[in-house]
Amino acid sequence: MECLRWTALELGRRIRAGELTAVEAAQAALRQIDVCEPVLNSFITIDPERVLEQARAVQRGIEEGRFGGALSGAPVAIKDNLCTRGQRTTCASRILGDFTPAYEAEAVARLRRAGAVILGKTNMDEFAMGSTTETSAFGATRNPWSLGRVPGGSSGGSCSAVAGGEAFYALGSDTGGSIRQPASFCGLVGLKPTYGRVSRYGLVAYASSMDQVGPIARSVADCAAVLEVIAGHDPRDSTSLARGDTDFTAVLGRDIKGMRIGIPRGYFGEGLDAEVGAAVRAAAQGLAACGAVVEEFELGLTAYAVPTYYTIASAEASSNLARFDGVKYGYRASGEGLHDMYKRTRSQGFGPEVKRRIMLGSFVLSSGYYDAYYLKALRTKARIKQAFDAAFVRYDLLLGPTAPTTAPALGESLGDPLRMYLGDIYTIGANLAGLPAISVPCGLDSGGLPIGLQLTADCFQEKKLLAAAYAYEQSRPFPLCPMLTAEAGAGGEAADAETRGQGTACERKYICPEQMRREG
Amino acid sequence: MAERITGEMIEYVGILAKLALSEEEKAQAGRDMERMLGYIDLLNEVDTEGVDPMTHLFSVANVFREDVVTNGDGSEAVWAGAPGGVKEGGLKAPRTLE
Repeated sequence: MECLRWTALELGRRIRAGELTAVEAAQAALRQIDVCEPVLNSFITIDPERVLEQARAVQRGIEEGRFGGALSGAPVAIKDNLCTRGQRTTCASRILGDFTPAYEAEAVARLRRAGAVILGKTNMDEFAMGSTTETSAFGATRNPWSLGRVPGGSSGGSCSAVAGGEAFYALGSDTGGSIRQPASFCGLVGLKPTYGRVSRYGLVAYASSMDQVGPIARSVADCAAVLEVIAGHDPRDSTSLARGDTDFTAVLGRDIKGMRIGIPRGYFGEGLDAEVGAAVRAAAQGLAACGAVVEEFELGLTAYAVPTYYTIASAEASSNLARFDGVKYGYRASGEGLHDMYKRTRSQGFGPEVKRRIMLGSFVLSSGYYDAYYLKALRTKARIKQAFDAAFVRYDLLLGPTAPTTAPALGESLGDPLRMYLGDIYTIGANLAGLPAISVPCGLDSGGLPIGLQLTADCFQEKKLLAAAYAYEQSRPFPLCPMLTAEAGAGGEAADAETRGQGTACERKYICPEQMRREG
Repeated sequence: MAERITGEMIEYVGILAKLALSEEEKAQAGRDMERMLGYIDLLNEVDTEGVDPMTHLFSVANVFREDVVTNGDGSEAVWAGAPGGVKEGGLKAPRTLE
């Protein structure tokens, strides 16, 4: 099981060198999944036979010289809002509980062409709406660092899988921080690329003007390598942009001497946990020691990002989720006539958080309120973008915490949605302004929970982000998450019943290897 | 300031959102929305006089292409997921007219 501690690049290198095969790597990951899943619940769908079949094909391809890429043979976990042809894609929602896509998301297709072995589909907040992975219809996911804590969200399953050693890296999606915040809570590196950098084709839409697919991994280099594979123009996503500067791994190790880094003062105000603040300030000093010029400045408008985001995201969600009506795919309830069927299907198919956002979005778009709420938010977004533009005249990067706290305990967040939304304060600016941003682990709090440092760059400046994040990572190595063992798994199960019960509207249907063996 | 969210407003939003809510859900939705809109009112502090609403981050133009089919016929795989089944090349849905 030693290989489970390697980064995806280290694994890829050793597979290419013939030290182990893609099949052995996949088997090791499946064994760890078998140990972890009863406790972590990182995955919604796993099909071990399909995993091994892919691994055998990839291994043949490596031996025949068809797969020479750095990540060939490395097993990856995919967030369950990215369509996988022929494999169930649920968005962690009852309404898509049995939906099998007829096509593949572009980011997934690019990984396959690069020799990835897809392990399965990871748990998430329903339709990516949430910050804890507790709004999933398939039960909550646990944080491998502390089983009583959430992994963050909405890409919580992807992060718990990578931290727990079940997968070598993962894809997530980030509309308001959904890659960076769970990466921060799980001690991982998570990168949200510039809007338009990665195709959204096949990503089930939440808020289309902000959704972006990105990598989650154990190292900055892994994130750079994955981004190199998935970035690029796709004619099927007209918001994806054609750019040639995608050799992201080329900047790893580049000197960051003289790089200008600005710290927005407003990011260290009320609501920030003292230990998180201290760790992030220490990280800023670490970057200064690497040669960066670090100073504080006033970004402005920070307090307005959360209300702007929730207005726009809810409006777009209410429109995007109108397609789930029980006619074309997914769940259908019985009803008296067409309209009654629509309403019953949606009411039974969506969970409370999704309904809350659809209602708010429908309201802010409705006649009489559109100008006061929706257009006002779009105007404020323009002002926020201007504030970032002004900052990037002076600075190469902005630095701050990824989240105000470390991972909260399971069950303590959903009761107060507004308080949960305020936790997105540092991440959503990048989504509103389309900026690339990365979360890198920068310490543990006194309870042993990971703290994340966020770096943000101007549009299409991922290379600056990666160069600085890599320099920081090399200067302050971060520990890997302690591995779960079979004994810990069994111990955690009893305590699990309470939290599982809240979100089990859908029967879990994944097959673990152990279960498969039992069933013959 | 956010207006008080009345029962009629929640009924209306429920119609727009195509959601059938129980009485309890309606009451909760009213409370949630009132609190959230009260918070969103914070935006009234921001001077947006003369600022255009920003819908797109980059100046992208319409993308045109020839109207040529490039993908194969995937209709069977798409229809396979229709919850009401398919009849004569169309998706089956409940009757809309008696």
